[in-house]
Amino acid sequence: MQNKKTVISMKEITKIYNVGGEEVRALDGASLEIREGEFVSIIGPSGSGKSTLMNIMGCLDVQDSGKYLLDNQAIESYSEEELAKIRNKKIGFIFQNFNLLSRMTAFANVELPLIYQKVPASKRKELVKEALAQVGLLERSEHKPSELSGGQQQRVAIARALATKPSILLADEPTGNLDSKTGEEIIRLFKELHKKGHTIVFITHNDDIARQAQRCIRIMDGRVTEVDGV
Amino acid sequence: MIIQSVKMAWESITSNKLRSFLTMLGIIIGVLSLVVMVSLVNGATGAVTDQINSLGNDMLSVAVLDDKGVPLRLEDLQTIQADDAVLQVAPSVSAQMTAKHGYKDAFVSVYGTTSAYYDINGLELECGRFIKTVDVENASYVAVISKEAEEELFGDDSALGETLNISGRAFKIVGVLKENDSMISMMVSGLAVYVPYTVESRMAGQPYVSSFCVSARNATDEAEKAVKDYLLARFAKDDNAFAIINISSVSDAMSTVTDTLSLLLGGVAAISLLVGGIGIMNIMLVSVTERTKEIGIRKAIGAGRKSILMQFLIEALMLSLLGCTIGLVFSWLILEIVSVIAGSITFTMSFGTVALAVIFSSAIGLLFGLYPANKAAKKHPIEALRYGG
Ligand SMILES: Nc1ncnc2c1ncn2[C@@H]1O[C@H](COP(=O)(O)OP(=O)(O)O)[C@@H](O)[C@H]1O
Ligand SMILES: [Mg+2]
Repeated sequence: MQNKKTVISMKEITKIYNVGGEEVRALDGASLEIREGEFVSIIGPSGSGKSTLMNIMGCLDVQDSGKYLLDNQAIESYSEEELAKIRNKKIGFIFQNFNLLSRMTAFANVELPLIYQKVPASKRKELVKEALAQVGLLERSEHKPSELSGGQQQRVAIARALATKPSILLADEPTGNLDSKTGEEIIRLFKELHKKGHTIVFITHNDDIARQAQRCIRIMDGRVTEVDGV
Repeated sequence: MIIQSVKMAWESITSNKLRSFLTMLGIIIGVLSLVVMVSLVNGATGAVTDQINSLGNDMLSVAVLDDKGVPLRLEDLQTIQADDAVLQVAPSVSAQMTAKHGYKDAFVSVYGTTSAYYDINGLELECGRFIKTVDVENASYVAVISKEAEEELFGDDSALGETLNISGRAFKIVGVLKENDSMISMMVSGLAVYVPYTVESRMAGQPYVSSFCVSARNATDEAEKAVKDYLLARFAKDDNAFAIINISSVSDAMSTVTDTLSLLLGGVAAISLLVGGIGIMNIMLVSVTERTKEIGIRKAIGAGRKSILMQFLIEALMLSLLGCTIGLVFSWLILEIVSVIAGSITFTMSFGTVALAVIFSSAIGLLFGLYPANKAAKKHPIEALRYGG
């Protein structure tokens, strides 16, 4: 494991929000490393800074101080337009509330990041099918999100994250809006994807789910305390 | 990318058809008023210009108002005709008289003239011949009458070869002119009867030419100058002693007026287009707010500012172009209907007007789409994702 390439490296990351003139240290010197092929869970109480950490990891936000290297590239030096490209190519984001575009079919939703990547149409079709097959929803391609169950919607979201073959999958409480059985299925899907070689980081505040990961990172008041998995 | 943006814009426009239609309404009405107004003015201008031109565009009408004791005679017209700029000159002395045939009579305009009048005024014969030079020399009692006069006095019968009584004199009708379809020349000349100049002057009891018409060899302006110079010299440099009417300058003035009119009406229509643009901006702003979450999702999966900007800009452009198209279709329908109602005048959309409407609508779409699109593009992905839950 030690000889695997480092995908994410964070050192002393801080993120401070100003709420009504008061400083909120959402992240307060958080440091961590994630290597290629790892399956990591992040656990911590509500408001501890998990989402803030993940948004910075996913280049949706930029830290106030500290060093963040994604695939050995320093993120803070990029422009917004370049960050969008990095999100598109290297990150596969999965959200608690799925965040699918309701007007579009499952297929079109999965296709979207590839469109932004300017992949030609025929190649896009191939990649979308591949991604939908991986989550077992190929036959639901033409369904709109409203015609799918919560678990299926989350699978479409995972397919969308997989479509661009990103370096890392980031999931912010992917089971938070699902019942425990469906949540379990999503985690099983993550495990399968991990076996296939994907690097996955997911947030949860459920200890049972967190323990199923290879490694567990605990976060408390914006600080990281690393805990090994079972 | 463009194709995708167009697709996305189309999806978003069709997903709320009523709202899209209401948004476009401003543009539809704007284009409608622009195209219809400009086309109506152009059509009416064309019709009026045709009428004026039918009076003879290369002709001058001259009236002597004050002869200063040196009135013009027929020989003087020869002198005017000798000028290089002048092609032909003919007297057109007229008097209102009663003409009789059998039991019918009518009030007619009797023109005393020469054979040149026919060419100068571009007259056309239906049958017979016009006044000849020998008629003038011999002062023959012959007359050429207009179609309208024939209808008035002879009904459906042919007037050719019949006699007409004017002021107790019997005239032999040697020719009938074709019907003139121009309303204006009908109004100007009335029920016209043409007789040799010499006969007219004998009846009037004075051999002077008080009005005449001139055709130009080349430019009417040159002929006008030649005639004017001659008359100024003759009438002690008093330019109030005579009046020269140049039909081409009338139609020039006319086109200046109608150009101004179409500019004015076009301007009014352009303002309504502008208001339509504000409608687009308004709805686009609402749409951007409503779709904040969508923008957040798109940004999270890798849409850059440029893509978002493009998407909303194309949507605004499509809305205005779609509105423009609908407006053009309705304009066409209205112009067809107006043409049917107006009968003699046909109103058509010129390519220029259509191009103007399309260019103007696109410009409005882009202009008023830019602010909302930029607002969408600048949204922070996380804040946008958090919007509305
Ligand atoms: N946009 C924001 N503005 C102000 N405060 C924020 C914002 N985002 C997060 N915070 C604050 O930062 C802290 C960490 O939030 P978050 O990372 O969402 O926690 P978690 O995901 O672990 O529940 C919280 O106290 C939260 O109130
Ligand atoms: Mg959170």
